[in-house]
Amino acid sequence: MPRDFLTGARDAYDVIVIGGGLGGLTCANLLGRSGHRVLLLEQHYKLGGLATWFKRPGGRIFDISLHGFPVGMIKSCRRYWTSEIADSIVPLRRIRFDNPMFSLTTTFDRVDFTRLLIDRFRLERAAVESFFERARGMRFYDDQSTTVGDLFESFFPGREDVVRLLMEPITYANGSTLEDPAIAYGIVFSNFMSKGVYIYEGGTDGLIARMGRELRRNGVDIRIRCPAERIVAEGRRVRGVVVRGRFIGARAVVSNASLHATLFRLLDRQQVDPAFLEEAESVRLNNSSTQVYMALKPEESIDESTGDLLFSSTARSFRTESLLGRDITSRTFSFYYPRTRPHAPPRHVIVSSTNARYEDWVGLPDDEYARRKRILMETTLDALDRYVPRARDRIEHVEAATPRTFERYTGHPSGTSFGTKFEGLKVSRGVPEQVRGLYHAGSVGIIMSGWLGAINYGVIVANEVENQLMAESRTRVPANDA
Amino acid sequence: MTAAEIREEILDILSDIAPDEDLSGLEDGVAFRDQLELDSMDFLDIVMELRKRHRIQIPEEDYGALASMASTVEYLTPRMKDMERA
Repeated sequence: MPRDFLTGARDAYDVIVIGGGLGGLTCANLLGRSGHRVLLLEQHYKLGGLATWFKRPGGRIFDISLHGFPVGMIKSCRRYWTSEIADSIVPLRRIRFDNPMFSLTTTFDRVDFTRLLIDRFRLERAAVESFFERARGMRFYDDQSTTVGDLFESFFPGREDVVRLLMEPITYANGSTLEDPAIAYGIVFSNFMSKGVYIYEGGTDGLIARMGRELRRNGVDIRIRCPAERIVAEGRRVRGVVVRGRFIGARAVVSNASLHATLFRLLDRQQVDPAFLEEAESVRLNNSSTQVYMALKPEESIDESTGDLLFSSTARSFRTESLLGRDITSRTFSFYYPRTRPHAPPRHVIVSSTNARYEDWVGLPDDEYARRKRILMETTLDALDRYVPRARDRIEHVEAATPRTFERYTGHPSGTSFGTKFEGLKVSRGVPEQVRGLYHAGSVGIIMSGWLGAINYGVIVANEVENQLMAESRTRVPANDA
Repeated sequence: MTAAEIREEILDILSDIAPDEDLSGLEDGVAFRDQLELDSMDFLDIVMELRKRHRIQIPEEDYGALASMASTVEYLTPRMKDMERA
């Protein structure tokens, strides 16, 4: 008989969290910590969502999305997780750019960017300072009609090289383009480019293991291999979730599934206003990615001067279009030195990431799909040779992930690796107004994406759930505890 | 709690949230954001801490009331006047 992954689960909880991505995990952790009974459902066999990893023989571990996050992760992990987790976050020292316009290495903070923009790019200090101030002052309720492209043009007219320096890392980090609202860029930029890029020492596996322990300590009932089948609501009020054919009740349900999966796959359309559904349908998904994972032979190493994160491109100019197409010439290399996993066998691993369109990969016959994957790996190895000489001779393991891979493991429509475009935030925030007790806390709106955005969105939603639970307990039980 | 006690309580919460900030020279009439390195998550933490400590619920539309110490105390005084300081 197949194993029952719900053995011992209760018939009802205060809160059910659907999805164990960083947003879902953080939300579950805070609610569990407050003493609520929380059930966390994860469809995959491990937690983390896109914050994940895979292992191959010989002690090789490849991280899927651990390639750098802003300093704010330290604070968020300390407050909403543990100081043990926060203390394992370390800065990346060498962020490199190499393209036909410029080659440079930076510590990726405001001071160093200012220096580079003045000394290398010959900009006036006043222009640089006012750009940073403008970006820092942006709030998400500001005007949305100004695009990122407009913003750059007003501060650095005609300077494609400056745009490339300031935009390429953000595009890589969250899939945003010059056509997106400037405020999304400003918020991410001021988070991301003010105090450097950080990484988790111990790898994604180490982080997620610690999070799992903390969740259990806070009494969260974690169930893997448990894909939610349906969110049950009656009269615009959430009642629970059907999982593995079983109904489990809840006063609140938080969906960390993608916005579209939540509204169109899990929820009954009758529970939502037609106008809201229409708005949700028009929310654009962000792009997907391809990644190539490469491991050096055990006796081989890479000199640390190669950098930690390398934004590499042979494209003469910076165009959004050329960042998404299949004939990609822009890729980001993440170099993992043995210090990334101090307790594991010393291995040098490289992950190359590119943004990609789902449409370019879906529906291909098997042999054509395999052929394109091979081309992806070959062109990546060619590009890497410039930074890791004789790369092909020194690498013993190569494999690739495509938008189809991301779709398969996350269940995200179109394999989106950065959630939705900006407009998705409003829809996500509007879910509880449609169905009382139902919340969405997944990657949306560019700013609620990435590791830090996902964690913080989990906190924001946990706060709302707590308000609801508290208001309900007040009406049920006379408040005599003051 | 009196207004002065509420102010003390807010200072206590702030010292948890921003342990590296010197709060002794805080000016009540000036926005927190202009004196301290507080981001929007820090403000949310103030909200969550008030709920945890005093079971006070602050709806999102009222978050603007937490802009400065003076406006925070003014907002909280009617809501906390019947409470005892722990």
